[in-house]
Amino acid sequence: MPLNYYIVLSAILFTLGAVGVLIRRNAIVIFMSVELMLNAANLAFVAFAKSYEALSGQIFVFFVMTVAAAEVAVGLALIVAIFRAKHSINVDELSSLKQ
Amino acid sequence: MTVDAILFFILALISIISAVSMLFSRNAVYSALFLIINFGTIASFYLMLGAPFLAMAQVTVYAGAIMVLFLFVIMLLGAEQLRHSQSIGWQQPLAIILGAVLLVEAGVIFFSMRDTSGMLPSFSTLDSEAAGPLAIGTALFNQYLLPFEITSVLLLVAMIGAIVLTKAEKRAR
Repeated sequence: MPLNYYIVLSAILFTLGAVGVLIRRNAIVIFMSVELMLNAANLAFVAFAKSYEALSGQIFVFFVMTVAAAEVAVGLALIVAIFRAKHSINVDELSSLKQ
Repeated sequence: MTVDAILFFILALISIISAVSMLFSRNAVYSALFLIINFGTIASFYLMLGAPFLAMAQVTVYAGAIMVLFLFVIMLLGAEQLRHSQSIGWQQPLAIILGAVLLVEAGVIFFSMRDTSGMLPSFSTLDSEAAGPLAIGTALFNQYLLPFEITSVLLLVAMIGAIVLTKAEKRAR
């Protein structure tokens, strides 16, 4: 299997994630699209790590996973706090910085 | 067409279809379930690429922990479907056009780079033991010890942050 296929697949998944961030209005789905983009980047990392026979790509994927877990924990806590305050997670309705 | 290539194309098709379904399903619970399928296919890609440790970490951390957290929050908030509100009408077609431009741009860079320098070699032989859990653990605790320790601080900060964010709101009510 050539590396090119994996890179093209990674680009497609990343684009789908970026489109998802732009077109969806539900804050939780936007978060999921961000996760999809992180996964596309991870896939490219692992493919290059195999291609160059270097382990550091896989180590970096490990760190990206950790950062993603931390990001999800804080982000979902933020969404819960916002929902308690405004009773909506539609990003179109969250346009004001103060109440 | 080897077995490897057939497996790749089937998994890639499942992965792309699940990603598209995630984007366009109205219910957020369905989006989360489609995303779990996508993470599963990516875990199988990791296995095919000779990264068994990362494949298992993908299944446990992403498809396990993170998506359970997502589903938990969706069901806690009861926010599966949004009330329909007026949004900017031209935004969605514009987003799709911009996404297509991004994809085309990436493709142009990718193919032009491949034609000139041949920078992307095709991998044929790699011993799977070279990237096993033992090798990853050795590299993590020797060469990457400082980033690993900083990661623990990051997780601690995330934990405290999540607790503080939800607790301060409770006090304000």
